[in-house]
Amino acid sequence: MNGTKYWTWHMTAGVVLLFLLGLHMLIMHMAAAGHWFAPYGTDADSLQNSLFRDGKLFFTVTYVLLLGVALYHGLYGLRTMLFELTLKPAVEKSITIVLLVVGLGLFGLGTWAAVAVHGIALAGARG
Amino acid sequence: MPETTKAEVRIKFHVTRYNPETDRAPHVKTYEVPVREGMTVLDGLHYIKDNLDSTLAWRYSCRMGICGSCGMLLNGHPSLACNTQILHIADANLTVGPLPNFEIIRDLVPDLFTMFDKHRSVKPYVLRADEREINDPAGEFYQSPEQLESYLQFTYCIKCGCCMAACPTLATDARYLGPMPLTAAQRYNADTRDEGRGARNGITGEPSGAFRCHYAGECSRACPKGVDPARALQLLKRRLVLDYLHLARRTAPCEKLHGPGSGKLLPDTTAAPKRTVGLG
Repeated sequence: MNGTKYWTWHMTAGVVLLFLLGLHMLIMHMAAAGHWFAPYGTDADSLQNSLFRDGKLFFTVTYVLLLGVALYHGLYGLRTMLFELTLKPAVEKSITIVLLVVGLGLFGLGTWAAVAVHGIALAGARG
Repeated sequence: MPETTKAEVRIKFHVTRYNPETDRAPHVKTYEVPVREGMTVLDGLHYIKDNLDSTLAWRYSCRMGICGSCGMLLNGHPSLACNTQILHIADANLTVGPLPNFEIIRDLVPDLFTMFDKHRSVKPYVLRADEREINDPAGEFYQSPEQLESYLQFTYCIKCGCCMAACPTLATDARYLGPMPLTAAQRYNADTRDEGRGARNGITGEPSGAFRCHYAGECSRACPKGVDPARALQLLKRRLVLDYLHLARRTAPCEKLHGPGSGKLLPDTTAAPKRTVGLG
């Protein structure tokens, strides 16, 4: 059932990714015009607006979730494409391990960054 | 009324020849065959064997698209030789080769063992928790027309191997189960008499199973019986995902109504013949 398990999560990650990217587009390109999540002018990319969002737990959790699903969806997709080359089982296993390590490494780094920025934003808000 | 004579056309048959005992690789030999309207490729091959080259080998049996023995590559398309009229696919030249994605035993005879091994692995038969019924089938089971319809199309498969030969995924990955065995799995999964879906999911849900299919759809184009293996595979994938997420509607397999002789016969129904097996 491994094929079913990985494929189901791949598809689920794709749907979640679609939702989160929609949210991202809304906030970055449309919501700022109405000052949603951007109280400091209409430039959603400005430092003040970014720190405002980074200080909210909802955004930190969303960043980590987006990173997780994007990494899983992308790396599993890459693995699927590489496996199309009909490699030897040992090579396939090596690719899986490398992609797992790369994925976990990037996820750890990204999570650390999101949490760190959250902390900085909160400290800045306290003055 | 006198029979009208149809004009003959001479068609060049470019036939793949290969004898593993004497040839290093397959090669093409050309034969000229006089073709009349209505002649099938199988008729043409018989003409070659009878008149031009008696060493040509191919596999056939029923001559009417039922047995699935004469699957071969005709002008690049996996087809049944008995089911394909020469003038429908050729004007002057016709290439005839063995089904791809299989080893060649000789000339146009593919080695179908790999296909039948994979077919066997998906348990292509009704599985019931009732061991006695499996070993000595005697019961009658009720199925509604809708329940029958859900798998009927997939029962038309004649295991000719045309879908396996057309599958681009199987062409690159011999470990992939392929459209025919996976269609057989869906056929039995959808059968309300069956209780073996869980056992089959373990095989069809493996990385070399249903999710290796990229839905190219060539299997359905090649199928000479209209089975539509691509559709079966999509239904199988959906069921696998729903089963994994525990979202599939729970349905009990249909009950055994009665054994022979214990049911109520309709009036004017001829009695079933006496059993000849499983006595005592």
